[in-house]
Amino acid sequence: MKVMAQMSMVMNLDKCIGCHTCSVTCKQAWTNRSGMEYVWFNNVETRPGLGYPRTYQDQDRWKGGWKLTKRGKLTLRAGGRWRKLATIFSNPLMPNIHDYYEPWTYEYDMLLSAPQGKHTPVAKPKSLLTGDDMAIKWSANWDDDLGGSTETMQDDPVLKHMSEHVATELEKTFMFYLPRICEHCLNPACVASCPSGAMYKRAEDGIVLVDQDKCRGWRMCVTGCPYKKVYFNHKTGKAEKCTLCYPRIEVGLPTVCSETCVGRLRYLGLVLYDADRVGEVAATPDETDLYAAQRSMLLDPHDPEVIAAARRDGIPEDWIQAAQRSPIWRLISDFEVALPLHPEYRTLPMVWYIPPLSPVVDVVASSGNDAEDGRTLFSAISQLRIPLQYLAELFTAGDTRPVEKVLRRLAAMRSAMREVNLGRDLPEDVAGAVGMTGDQIREMYRLLAIAKYEERYVIPTAHTEIAAELDEMACSLDYEGGPGMGGGGPFGTASGAPTPVAVENFHALASRQTADHPSTPGRVNLLNWDGNGTPEGLFPPGHHPEAHDGGTPGSSAPGSETGPDKPPAGD
Amino acid sequence: MAVSTWQVLVFGVLPYVSFALFVLGLIWRYRYDKFGWTTRSSELHERRLLRLGSPLFHFGLIFVILGHVVGLVIPKSWTGAFGITAEMYHIGATVMGTIAGVAALTGLGILIYRRRTTGAVFRATTRNDKLMYVVLAGVILAGMYATIRHQVFGGSHGYDYRETVGPWFRSLWMLDPDLTLIQDVPVAFTIHIVIASILFGLWPFTRLVHAFSAPVTYTMRPYVVYRSRDEHRGSRVQRRGWEGP
Ligand code: HEM
Ligand code: SF4
Ligand code: SF4
Repeated sequence: MKVMAQMSMVMNLDKCIGCHTCSVTCKQAWTNRSGMEYVWFNNVETRPGLGYPRTYQDQDRWKGGWKLTKRGKLTLRAGGRWRKLATIFSNPLMPNIHDYYEPWTYEYDMLLSAPQGKHTPVAKPKSLLTGDDMAIKWSANWDDDLGGSTETMQDDPVLKHMSEHVATELEKTFMFYLPRICEHCLNPACVASCPSGAMYKRAEDGIVLVDQDKCRGWRMCVTGCPYKKVYFNHKTGKAEKCTLCYPRIEVGLPTVCSETCVGRLRYLGLVLYDADRVGEVAATPDETDLYAAQRSMLLDPHDPEVIAAARRDGIPEDWIQAAQRSPIWRLISDFEVALPLHPEYRTLPMVWYIPPLSPVVDVVASSGNDAEDGRTLFSAISQLRIPLQYLAELFTAGDTRPVEKVLRRLAAMRSAMREVNLGRDLPEDVAGAVGMTGDQIREMYRLLAIAKYEERYVIPTAHTEIAAELDEMACSLDYEGGPGMGGGGPFGTASGAPTPVAVENFHALASRQTADHPSTPGRVNLLNWDGNGTPEGLFPPGHHPEAHDGGTPGSSAPGSETGPDKPPAGD
Repeated sequence: MAVSTWQVLVFGVLPYVSFALFVLGLIWRYRYDKFGWTTRSSELHERRLLRLGSPLFHFGLIFVILGHVVGLVIPKSWTGAFGITAEMYHIGATVMGTIAGVAALTGLGILIYRRRTTGAVFRATTRNDKLMYVVLAGVILAGMYATIRHQVFGGSHGYDYRETVGPWFRSLWMLDPDLTLIQDVPVAFTIHIVIASILFGLWPFTRLVHAFSAPVTYTMRPYVVYRSRDEHRGSRVQRRGWEGP
């Protein structure tokens, strides 16, 4: 047994209202730069739907993740090492920008500068890639709320796999939201696909990162990730991905998406797992056994043997304690309500989901029945075959039993807690019907419904011996070159020595306020403007006195450098 | 005929200057600009033409490079010792070289056409890239011209560069350049050599550096890479090698 710690997330889908706040705050923090316009480390997709990039789940087409050979050996679906090298000069398995969407801005300037005339001036959409006029045909969440999905829904790879025709009349179908970030897999196919070895899994907390200094732009990781959560920065020519906000996690703060989630549905915490079993578990012969197999490799942090092994393997004491208090462990293993997304990709993903009961509740409620009655819900769960099977395709490789079990537990909690709210005793028989006790139901309810910040996010800080080394905690600007350091090196924006995260943020802020944009050169792209300061080019020349003495592009940025997302200083 | 001044410059000085630029430039770029060291793939923007052009160009080029290594580095007497006659060598080299050259050139043509006509790719093309394409295309064109003019249509034996250019090239490495060997080389070859020297001098400062990070070690490492955060010391920048503690 080799014990390793993994920072993981669980999302409770019942609570997601599809507001996209997580996507937007994430974008503001990390991908609001040119080259990354189309990049959404966090995206929220409506299911059934095509996902982002479109049809990414269709692995017959995109060949992400792992598969078993005929002899039961684990290999990359897109081909092993030699095949990768032989096909390195072009990689047709990489999604094209049109599989994402062509990013655009509007010609806002025309609204102000158009000459007086009979017609209202319009701000035409302009491609951020070519600078030309463009017709907007798709975006990151074009089929949001099933919008337009009567035309596209049947292309949903999940539905196709079920070979099921779901009613495309909106009032008859079901729908839920699926927020997605990188899964920080235990067996990451992206890392395995990287020819230069630039991608790695951090030994301490399992966060999967791209070393920007070592990435050479072979773009094989994009193909490797079955969730399509590695993106190619077309400006720098390097891969970038969700970092699980590691600069925040290291100082004990939750990720930006969790922090800002309106539904408060995200949980963060450690799990301990047996790293020696990764290969064996990922090679589980039957896809439907992968969920159970992955659970079996997570280690019980209360087990004295595990604790001893964890100490032996150098896991600090406070991390072991954090693993014991982890909401992730409780949701996955104590309450057994969290499920992995697409375990059949065999990457052993570590962002898990509590499947939504709402499609069932909605049907029961709209049919005029009591959607809080245990028995009604139970029978509805087993009757509503299509939603159940859809969820099973997402979370358990098509096996409906685990999903049904989770939904029954959620339904039991719902009806039992109604009784409690009405001042009656918690019905033990309802709890017993789903294999739980009344106390467990109460605890689960507490964690799912009213858990406070500290209970939802149990994040041990980076270990103290090394914490002092972390740039984010010291003054982030005591760095040679300092914030005055220029934007790009001699070979374009992408070149030059790497800057620490904080300094990079500073420059990103300054430069995105003045980012180049095709419609009106020299003017601020208002979509990228964060509302701070008056950067040069904010106003058209001659219209505003400050536009001229605004100084250098970065002159307004220092105030915003310690923005709300910045971790507090410490030592 | 004595070696003229321009010949000294072209065959005696330029190669050393460009080689020095090449080596020092690569070292400097690697130390200073690892972040800029990438293929800057444009596959995200356009897939169809790239799929055709890029493999054609790269595979063609690999064979062209191999051909040059054999032609310039291996003395004629060695291949002779294996029983390969000059005639056989000439025909083999000309046929294979022409095929590889045409493939590379066609590929490059497709790539340049794609770069010019795909809006997003054109916008992502820097001035540096444009200069690189001119020089790169120049080298290949000049080489193709020399091959076709002197090897294909130049009589039964063509121009035997293995008696002149080859030994001269090797004498450069002995730090004892023998310019008398190369002074009567046809103009087409001279042009090819001059542009090639320029290309090598430019190499470290263009996107071509990606050729030196060809990921051969991939075949030998385990699939999943684990790395400890300690190596990285958070996000604090590390001092550059030459700056001292
Ligand atoms: C064996 C080593 C090499 C490998 C693995 C390699 C690989 C690649 C890759 C992956 C691309 C990006 C294609 C894309 O997605 O846009 C590329 C582009 C390119 N490579 Fe190479 N390359 C190698 C050697 C070379 C050499 C020796 C040269 C020229 C002397 C060269 C010239 C180019 C050029 C000009 C491009 C840009 C193509 C374009 O987009 O117009 N490469 N290479
Ligand atoms: S989800 Fe994240 S860790 Fe897993 S393969 Fe994709 S990018 Fe890698
Ligand atoms: S912020 Fe929360 S509720 Fe809103 S879309 Fe994201 S995950 Fe759902």
